[in-house]
Amino acid sequence: MLLRVENLTSYFFLDEGPLKAVDGISFHVDEKETVGLVGESGCGKTIVALSLLNLIPSPGRVVGGRIIFDGEDLRQVTAERLRQIRGGGIGMVFQEPGAALNPVYTIGYQIAEVLRLHRGLSKHEADAEAVRLLGETGIPEPEKRARAYPFEFSGGMRQRAVIAIAISARPRLLIADEPTTALDPTVQKEMVKLLGYLQEQYKMAILLITHDLGVVAEMAARVMVMYTGKLVEVAPTHALFRAPKHPYTQGLLNAIPRLGAGRKEPLRGIPGSVPDFLSLPSGCTFHPRCPLGDDSCKSAFPPIRDLSYLRQCACYKVDHG
Amino acid sequence: MKSRNPPDRVIPLGLSLLPGMGHLALGKRSRGLPLLSFSLLLVLVLYGNWDAFLNAFETTAVDHWIAAVFLIVALAASVIYSVWDVHRLLGSPSEGRYGKSPFQLARRRFAANGLAVAALYVIGLLYLLALLAPLLAPYDPAAITDILATRYLPPSWAHLFGTDEFGRDLLSRALYGARVSLSVGLLAVLIAMSVGTTYGAVAAYFGGVVDNILMRIVDVVIAFPVFFLMLVLVGIFEANIVFLVLILGLTSWTGTARFIRGEMLSLKEREFTEAARSLGLPSWRIIVRHQIPNALSPVLVQAALMVGGMIGAEAALSFLGIGIRPPTPSWGNMVSGGQDALLVAWWVAFFPGALLALVVLSFNLLADGLRDALDPKALMQRFV
Repeated sequence: MLLRVENLTSYFFLDEGPLKAVDGISFHVDEKETVGLVGESGCGKTIVALSLLNLIPSPGRVVGGRIIFDGEDLRQVTAERLRQIRGGGIGMVFQEPGAALNPVYTIGYQIAEVLRLHRGLSKHEADAEAVRLLGETGIPEPEKRARAYPFEFSGGMRQRAVIAIAISARPRLLIADEPTTALDPTVQKEMVKLLGYLQEQYKMAILLITHDLGVVAEMAARVMVMYTGKLVEVAPTHALFRAPKHPYTQGLLNAIPRLGAGRKEPLRGIPGSVPDFLSLPSGCTFHPRCPLGDDSCKSAFPPIRDLSYLRQCACYKVDHG
Repeated sequence: MKSRNPPDRVIPLGLSLLPGMGHLALGKRSRGLPLLSFSLLLVLVLYGNWDAFLNAFETTAVDHWIAAVFLIVALAASVIYSVWDVHRLLGSPSEGRYGKSPFQLARRRFAANGLAVAALYVIGLLYLLALLAPLLAPYDPAAITDILATRYLPPSWAHLFGTDEFGRDLLSRALYGARVSLSVGLLAVLIAMSVGTTYGAVAAYFGGVVDNILMRIVDVVIAFPVFFLMLVLVGIFEANIVFLVLILGLTSWTGTARFIRGEMLSLKEREFTEAARSLGLPSWRIIVRHQIPNALSPVLVQAALMVGGMIGAEAALSFLGIGIRPPTPSWGNMVSGGQDALLVAWWVAFFPGALLALVVLSFNLLADGLRDALDPKALMQRFV
């Protein structure tokens, strides 16, 4: 097991009171495995990713839980060790590929900087390795492109460059936060292929954070579904898509428009919208939107329980065992 | 462009021994003309003041020696740069880079702004004249010979700017005065910018209580009546150049500090800062290498604007008699010295006043050009 997260809890301390962005979630990622983390916008997916490396911006903070990466608890290690793990052990790809690059430096410089820091390469070696990495991520004419600035790159090329930076120090876990969201569908497809190739090449595990179920279906072996800062369902990908258990997951899958569906068939969504984190419904936070929700759901949030091997669900209405 | 055959290479390289000529032969006018005019000017100075140049190595006056050495070094540097740059241009005709760096784009936009380029030339020329003042000045700026015969002489070939009430040559005094005015402006801004940038960056990085305390100190400094502070300090200490530079510099860093703090706070939220942190870069490196460079271009514009302001401030103080005191010439006290005789001898106040106006105007135009060239919104624009 490469990463084991136990009861991770992160709050934002606002004037109105603590906002429980991540509320006691537990999961694991195996070596070389791809795990998807899905959910609607604003359900806390990105905060999970930032929590792992203690990168949550103020006034947010990780307040509880354990993050065991490769045998070390990242909440206990020294700041210096954490800095080595950032980039070195765990790489991160951000959502907006343009914004993650510094506009005043060349792409090659920005890759080389990480190589010199984490792999201790000389300037010359780092420059050569940066060109090689750009080539490997599928950027044409990498020697020339290494000397170009971010604003001279297209969106897809920037995302490739960001991925090249993230993998440059050979991390064992890559956290990809919405790696395809800002890109158009053909480029998305290429990016999925690229991540798959790099995973094979560098033996990385990938934690894939997205709201795009199509990307998850293509890449992930297991999927975790998140709602209002909690995990509501965890399952192997094929099982989840074939037979979703939690009503929220069912709603998400139903909401995917299908090619070939009749012209008259309306788009189906989940009624209502993601509730305000500061005034969550009591009990199961999904019950006001849930087709199965009734008074029995209002007492407490249902604990996440094992359904079968690798399969968990947090719902009173789903049969267990 | 394909690689050139030998004669094609040899001719521009040979020409480039005369700085700028090689560039002109290659059609690079924007680099050739400044080089050519710069070195021609140096040669003219050398030719016109050959005796002073030779004497400079024998006198004990340090500033003469510095001016002479500077002249040689500048000439040598322009020849070496010219040859090296032509060699580089021949080696790789516009190859080697994919596109243009933000700096190149900014330079191109700047070059398209005629007024700003002219201002840069004027400023460069004035600084050069100030540096070479000991060689160029036709008379000793403090020499008083026969007052009755030489006082208030109007401009003539012997005294281009005329003479003042003590019969001193005003051109020589203006040249020496330029050294005071221009260096005070530049150094004071240098101090203000470095203090302000560091201060603002520290406040933004630590945030919270530290930020609060530091910014309240800034409020106090801003609220402080600088003018009266100077009057008091001048009463206690003797006003010299160092004193003026320190006082102007140390009272005007607050704007920069506030500005940099604001920029850094917004850069802190930018995704590339987050990305840099996620890659394990140390905080100092993120601040120094990633955030400050992104905040610097507006500061540069502000700096150019401030130099003009500082030169004006120095002149105002000297004019009022609390800055540089006569007999050391500064443009400010020269104007002040000439005001009594304005109706009899207009030239005494006119020339230093005109130089002041010219240099302040030039810095303002330069700042304007820089702002247009460095505008972050224009940075994304490929073609101008």
